[in-house]
Amino acid sequence: MDAKEIIARRVALELRDGMLVNLGIGLPTLVARFVPKGISVAFQSENGLIGFSAPPPEGMENRDLTDAGGGFIESLPGAASFDSATSFALIRGGHVDMAVLGALQVEASGRLANWTVPGKFTPGMGGATDLVAGAKRVIVAMQHAAKGEPKIVEALTLPPTSARRVSLIVTELAVIEPSDEGLVLRERAPGVGVAQIVACTGARLIAPKDAPEMPLGCD
Amino acid sequence: MRKSAITAEAAAALVFDGASVMVGGFLGVGSPDRLIDALVSRKARGLTIIGNDTAYPTVGVGRLIEAGCVARVRASHIGTNPTTQRLMNGGAIEVELIPQGTLAERIRAGGAGLGGVLTPTGVGTIVAQGKQTVEIDGAIYLIEKRLRADFALLRAHEADYCGNLTYRLTAANFNPLMAFAADCVIAEPDEIVPSGVIPPDSVRTPGVLVTHLVGRAR
Repeated sequence: MDAKEIIARRVALELRDGMLVNLGIGLPTLVARFVPKGISVAFQSENGLIGFSAPPPEGMENRDLTDAGGGFIESLPGAASFDSATSFALIRGGHVDMAVLGALQVEASGRLANWTVPGKFTPGMGGATDLVAGAKRVIVAMQHAAKGEPKIVEALTLPPTSARRVSLIVTELAVIEPSDEGLVLRERAPGVGVAQIVACTGARLIAPKDAPEMPLGCD
Repeated sequence: MRKSAITAEAAAALVFDGASVMVGGFLGVGSPDRLIDALVSRKARGLTIIGNDTAYPTVGVGRLIEAGCVARVRASHIGTNPTTQRLMNGGAIEVELIPQGTLAERIRAGGAGLGGVLTPTGVGTIVAQGKQTVEIDGAIYLIEKRLRADFALLRAHEADYCGNLTYRLTAANFNPLMAFAADCVIAEPDEIVPSGVIPPDSVRTPGVLVTHLVGRAR
């Protein structure tokens, strides 16, 4: 199981029956593959749709039916389409139960940065700033380090996406929860020790030695 | 109320150099491709483009960037278009990045006679720089001003000759909002049907908002 699959599987265990969920582009999109059996969630795509599934078979794509990453999707029975103002009224208005976003950095206070590396690469915030402002829970799904550098840092060196503290950070090594006291290690990945997680984390971590192993769901 | 269809070339001739232009679409989905082609052909210059993104270098708004038609961009995301990134870093294009929900609401306000909107999005970030804040019931909101443009270029699914428009699936996105927010609104539908064919309940943009319809080349 590679890092991305571990992260996606663990995030999927945060899904609850009946939730409206927004998955960011890239890694978070994988979460849709691991929805636990027996529960039903609706996915929102911020370009204007609730209720979609995996890409259609080749040759059955519709040019007017794509996800927020531009990939072709299929709408499910019961799907609803709407314009961008309505889509963001859903997001900002607290109607989205959970948003899963990638991040470039998360800091000790729980703020994330994910839309610009000033002077180098500035993709823009897209819908991320609104999602962090409005979703009931915000989960960061990201690899623990990038090119050997920790992505969990004491203080952001990149501009924050929002002043809000995210709800949970899930990486291929650990599940970490930001709190008033700081970042708390909740779970460690199978076969990964607490010391290794602390060593790969650039911020102080409240790390109980008996942190449990993260569940990864079943197939 | 009847409108006659004009060609994409005639429509592009109306869009003067230096104009501000809202363009519907999300990564090219729901963008008016024939109008964009015509603007590229007529070598439009100095445009300010307002839209969600700049798509890809060969798709949608990206083709206007690639062809040198654009001086300024106001969008939420330019990460899929390396040309926009390069021109921005080199100073050849000015880019204002706006959170997507804020962009939608600024355009809606511009079309709805509002001075702007109050939003929590962006409080405590770069987005808030230079903007007023207000406190409402204990929460802080940014004042985000309305956006309008000289032109809105829309793609619709069906139009009738009254200018009424329908959209399909995720191709609606910013199009119905922009229809309210520009002095001249040019809609490029997939089909133009006789008036009366679109049921009133299915109309998403009332025809009174549409200045010109673009027909298919004969």
